[in-house]
Formats: sequence, structure tokens, C-alpha cells
Amino acid sequence: MHIKVENLVYKYMPGTPFEHIAVDDVSFEIKKGEFVGLIGHTGSGKSTLIQHLNGLIKPWSGKIFVDGVDISDKEVKLHELRFKVGIVFQYPEYQLFEETVKKDIMFGPKNMGLSDEEAEERAREAMNLVGLDHSLAEKSPFELSGGQKRRVAIAGVLAMQPEVLILDEPAAGLDPHGRNEILSRIEYMHKEKNMSIVLVSHSMEDIARMAKRVIVMKEGKIAAEGSVHDIFKKGESLKEINLDVPQIKRLTDELRRRGYDLPDDIYTVERAHEEILKLFEMEHHKV
Amino acid sequence: MLKDITIGQYLPGNSVIHRLDPRTKILLIVAFLIVLFTVGNFAGYLALALFLFAVNKIAKVPFKMLVKSLKPLLFFVIFTAVINLFLTRGEPIFKWGIITITKEGVRLTIAMSLRLIFLVIGTSLLTYTTSPIVLTDGIESLFRPLSKIGFPAHEIAMMMTIAIRFIPTIIDETDKIMKAQSARGSDFESGSLIHRAKALIPILVPLFVSAFRRADDLATAMECRCYRGGEGRTKLKAIKMKRIDAGAFLISAAVFAVVIVMNWL
Amino acid sequence: MIETKNLKFRYDEEKLGLVLDDINLTIKDGEFVAVLGHNGSGKSTFAKQLNAVLMPLGGSVCIDGIYTSDEKNLWDIRSKVGMVFQNPDNQIIASVVEEDVAFGPENLGIAPDEIRKRVDFALKAVDMEKHRGAAPHNLSGGQKQRISIAGIIAMMPKYIVLDEPTAMLDPKGRKEVMETIKFLNREHKITVILITHYMEEAAKADRVVVMEKGKVIVDDTPEMAFANVALLKDVGLDVPQVTDLMYRLRGSGINVHHNLLDEKACADEIVRALEEK
Repeated sequence: MHIKVENLVYKYMPGTPFEHIAVDDVSFEIKKGEFVGLIGHTGSGKSTLIQHLNGLIKPWSGKIFVDGVDISDKEVKLHELRFKVGIVFQYPEYQLFEETVKKDIMFGPKNMGLSDEEAEERAREAMNLVGLDHSLAEKSPFELSGGQKRRVAIAGVLAMQPEVLILDEPAAGLDPHGRNEILSRIEYMHKEKNMSIVLVSHSMEDIARMAKRVIVMKEGKIAAEGSVHDIFKKGESLKEINLDVPQIKRLTDELRRRGYDLPDDIYTVERAHEEILKLFEMEHHKV
Repeated sequence: MLKDITIGQYLPGNSVIHRLDPRTKILLIVAFLIVLFTVGNFAGYLALALFLFAVNKIAKVPFKMLVKSLKPLLFFVIFTAVINLFLTRGEPIFKWGIITITKEGVRLTIAMSLRLIFLVIGTSLLTYTTSPIVLTDGIESLFRPLSKIGFPAHEIAMMMTIAIRFIPTIIDETDKIMKAQSARGSDFESGSLIHRAKALIPILVPLFVSAFRRADDLATAMECRCYRGGEGRTKLKAIKMKRIDAGAFLISAAVFAVVIVMNWL
Repeated sequence: MIETKNLKFRYDEEKLGLVLDDINLTIKDGEFVAVLGHNGSGKSTFAKQLNAVLMPLGGSVCIDGIYTSDEKNLWDIRSKVGMVFQNPDNQIIASVVEEDVAFGPENLGIAPDEIRKRVDFALKAVDMEKHRGAAPHNLSGGQKQRISIAGIIAMMPKYIVLDEPTAMLDPKGRKEVMETIKFLNREHKITVILITHYMEEAAKADRVVVMEKGKVIVDDTPEMAFANVALLKDVGLDVPQVTDLMYRLRGSGINVHHNLLDEKACADEIVRALEEK
């Protein structure tokens, strides 16, 4: 599935003293099977932007094309679009409502008009995808731990088998263990299921590690866009748009500044470890 | 969608009206409403309109905001107007098929519409110029004499304070939950009445769960800040009647008296 | 001084295992102590013991010589030990910032002009004077959390316990809150007990206590506490990227200190090791 956004503008409370432009003339594309990181401060318009992609909010002006079809077209059934473009909101566990985990996950598939058997099958698959043990299926979602609830909520969206999955801060508020669990599941879905992913995150470390392409938003506009390397190589200039580069990148940049020969695209601890060891080997050979 | 609702919105300012004691404003609005429903002729309405206009000018509330406060009531005003217009018996002035409009109907329609509009504008002026907290303090203070006979004045005021504080939060939350469920294919807009009522369950359950959690958190936070009821509590801003309050009472009393006297003319 | 002796606690009599298992800690006046631990380690339960929201099941908690278990000391303790919680939305009571800050002092029955002084002081201490008339729901998460802190400051407590105050904030809000906490400890000599699972935050403290399964497993300076990266990763804590890197380098036989948390110090250390060769 291919999503194209053209000159999107969205205003809150237009025509009142409280009018506020949340998204200001934004254009971008998400290609099939891509992993896009969306970053920006709270209030930069990224949450408003993603809600346009499955028609939850309608643009003030501009167009959104999904597989070449304009979604504002009256012929397009937004209802069906929502099954193809799944959105996992921030703190999605607050949407859980059913008596059992299984029933909650089946909610989406049932809304798609699937039979009970099909919906159950979907729920089972979705539980596998997010790594939830099947023994939890009959439990009340309200009895689970924070990390488990989060996974039930994500499974609820995955059970609709969307082609594009948009996640708004899926790891917010979780401890490191819960966070790693969720993020590695997202990577798995991207790699194994070839799902297009849009990951909204404040963590530069996560974005640099997982995404291929990055869109940076500031005050409703796209402030920068490009590959992970394109974005983070700018280093210090990212501060102007109030963003940090991953900490490990700052360290390797500091070493480069001091004259050490390191690549300028190190974003993970594993890679930094490897490259710095090479430095030590070189020093060793010099002697 | 839900964000567009404005309930009892306060417009900060420093006008004489803003600075009046909340009790003055509450008592005067009550008096105003009583007078409003006794008005019998158009001169009276004109006088009250001028009164509202003057208060509005002094308080510097944008005209736009008054219109906005009327919007939610528009349907109600039109509905009562139509009923009064077509169903009031009396001297016909217009006849077309089964539709008859009477002189009395026209009179009543205009009177009722004006009353409703004035009622909304009057109370809006109160909420626009009085912060919810001060308003609550005013109500608490007015009801305090009743606490001797067991009326929970402080508790009601505290409940109002918390309700006012959490209305925007809960509206936000409802909005978020509705969107999250829509993203899972919930459909709130079509289908039969029963279908639509059923569609509310996925919104109401999470909303209540969250409200209970908030209540629990809030209660703990309040206890941690040494809240133990109204006994022995002091106030940051003790409300006090001042000279401007006396002025407001005198001027309003004069206006209301004129309006009442005009009823007999 | 806060002193816990053999503190034990569990929520549910039926369930086996203690949430707090024999905790002995002494927190001195003016200290900044970070309590680290993952969700379920017992750190939040510990926090709630400090101002008598929860009472010990065994052992004792003593604040300046007063025991929390004695009901009649309740309000005394709560005005001495202020508490800030995780969710900024669920601890603000009033719909105007300064009215909320005044809530605590009002409950204590303080005279209006003294409340006014305290509110002004507290808002200044958290750098929110400009927003005194604002409605809390229009503020950012970081600002709301600073208002919550001001609400506690206005009660003039000796101790502030913050239970994961940054967990729901974005990086900017997190920074604001951490700066505020440091400032209060440094300038106003308020004793701070910060419950967190971020190592970077704990690094700002004078002392780090690591909890796991209801027990204190580390109690040391940040430098010493962070020396055992493997242990911290094991108990599910967030180790900063550079600390992790230094730890791995050391594992590969390179002689570097690995208890460093910021990139400048790590760069210095790597350069030193490289030049040593």
C-alpha cells in the first residue's frame, strides 16, 4: 500500500479566537513496505498528521491518496480504509473494554464483518505477533500488567491485518524490558510480514536503530526529511529544530572531532563497539 | 469534534464586572432572571437589553463570544418559537391553509425568544467574567449558613471545583477513545438506534475505568496535600464585599425597579 | 532524617512474597537520593510508605523521630513529606494554576497573606510565575508536573518524594522537571527522594539505591552504583548507550572505566585508553 499526502493543512477551531494551525502545508509519501520514523516535539503536529492517514480527521485543505485513490472521494469507504491503515494511539491500553483479552482483540475483525471463527483465528495470530501467551486469552484485560495491556491493545489493531501500521509512541511509559519487547515485535512485523510501519517516537535511539527514513516535524511543517543518515549527520544543526541525535552518535562525533577515524553513521552500541575496537587494533599495530 | 464545546468558559480580565464579588454577581443574576420573567411589555425588554449591553461593554466581552454561547441553544429557541407561533390561539393576522398565525402568537414568540436569549446572555456574562473557582467560592459562601442544618456546602463546592477542573480532561479523553475505537472500525454514525447505543459501550467502559483510576489517584494526591474536608481550611483569596459591590447592587436595583414599574404603565 | 527499619509490606495477605522485604535505609537531611528499579520492584510502594499513604506491615518508618504507624501523626508527616506522582493530570485539583498551588497551604489552615507569599515563592521556585493564571489543561506535561511540585513546595516540606515524575513526559518535559528537582535540592536544601527507572536521572543524585524484588540490592554513589552494568541490565534498568558501550569495550579487554554516563567523559576515557597503548 502506498500513501501520498499533498499540501495537507489542518486547523483546530477555525474561525474562533482559538484558531490554531496544527498541520501546515505538508507533503510526503510512504511507500510499500517502508519503515518511516516520524519525530518532532509534542505539539509539532505529528499526532494530528497521522490521524489523517486513515480518515479519522478530514483535512482543511490538501489531499491524501491511498494507492492512488483520493480518500476524500465520496466513493471511498473510510470504514474500510481504517482496516488497511491501522493506528495504534499513545497509551492504547486505555481503549480496552471487553471482558476477555480475546474478545477485545476480536473487536476490530468483527467490525470488519468477519465470522466468529475467522475473528478468533485473527485474534490468535495477533497474540502470536505481539508475543502474548495464549493462556491470557480468557483473562480480563484489566488484570494484566502495563506491558501486557499495551500488547493486547496493539494486537487489537494487528488483528485487522492492516497493510500500514502507524504507532504513536508505542513504548511510552513502559520500563526498559517492556519497551524492548514492544519494539522488537514491531521490527519483526516489518521484516517478516512486510508491513509498512510509521513509528512516532521521541527516542532518537529507537528511530535511528529501526527506521529507514525519517520525517522531522516542527510547528506543523516538515522541518527535515531523508534517510536516517541524512538526518542525523547534520548533528548539531538538529538542535535548531530542538532535536537531539542519538547519544552514541554524539560520542562517535566527539571522537571524530578529536581526530579519530570513525565512520559518521554509527547509531547503535553494537556498531560503535565494533568500530572503536578497530581503532584500538590500529593503535596496536602502530606500536 | 468534542473540542469545540465551550462550557462555562472564563475570559480573564480586569474590568469592574470581573472584580465584583462572586456573591454579588450570583445574587444579581438571580434577581435579573426573576425580573426577566415578570417583564410584560417591550419597553421592559428594551431596558433589560440596554442593561445587558452596558454590562457587556464594561466587561469587554467580545460580541462574538456572546453569539457563540447562544449557538447551542439556537435549536431550542427556534423550537419554542415555532410552537408558540403556530399553536397560540387568538386574533388571526395571517392564514394559509391550516396554518394560522395570531397576534398573541407573534407576541408570545418574541417574548419567549427574548427571554431565552437574555437568560443565556446573562448567565454567560456571569461565567465569562467569573473564574469557576471564584464562582464556586461564592456559591459555597452563600450556602454556608445552611451547613448548620447539615447542608454540605463545602463538599458541594469541592465537587464543583473538581468537576470544572476535569471537564476538559474528560472531553479530551473521550475524543481520544472515540478515535481509537473508530480506528478499530467502530461506527457511531450509522445503523439503528440500538446499534448506535451498543456502539457506545466501547467508549463508555474505558471512559469509566479511566475516571475511576483518576478519582483514585486524585484522592490520594489530595490526602497527601493534607486535605481533610472543609474544617479549618483557609482561602488564598478570601472573598470580600467592597464598595463596587454596593454600587453594583444600587445600579442594578434601580434598573430592575424601573423595569418592574414599567410593567404597570 | 528519614529512617526505615526492617520495613516489610505486602498488599494482599493471600499472595505470597513481600512487596517490600526488610528495607533498612537512612536518608539524611539535604540529600538527593534516587531509587532505581523496574516496574514491580517495589520502589513506588516504598515511596508511599514515606508519607503514610501506606503503613508498614512489619518494621517501621520514622520521619524526624515520628513514626508513620501512629495515626495521630498523619498530618504532621504529610506536611513534612510532600509527594509528587506520575500522572500530572491526576494530581491537579483546581482549574487555575495558583489556586492549585494554594490547595495544600489552604488545607493546613494558613492565613491568606501567608498563603499568597508561599504561592508566589513556590511558583518562582519551579519557574512558572508567568503561568499563574493559566488553566492546567492548557499546559504541557512538563509544566503541569512543575505545578504539582509547586503545590508541594507551598506546603514547605522538608522532604519531597517524587514517584516517577517524568515517566509520562516527553524529553523536553523530562529535562524541565529534572532541572527543577536539582534546583530545589541545591538552592532550597530540600531533601529529594526520586523514584525512577532512568539511569540518566539517577545519575544526577548524590546517592543511588537500586531495588529489586522488594529488596535494596545497591546503595552507593552513582559512580559506584553504575559500575555493575551487567547487574543493572539484569534487573531491567535502562542503561545509557555510552555506558553500555564502555561496558562492552571493557568486556573486550580494553582498560576503560565503565561507570561513565555522559558522552564527553566517555570520549575522554576512550582517548586516554587509546593513547595509553
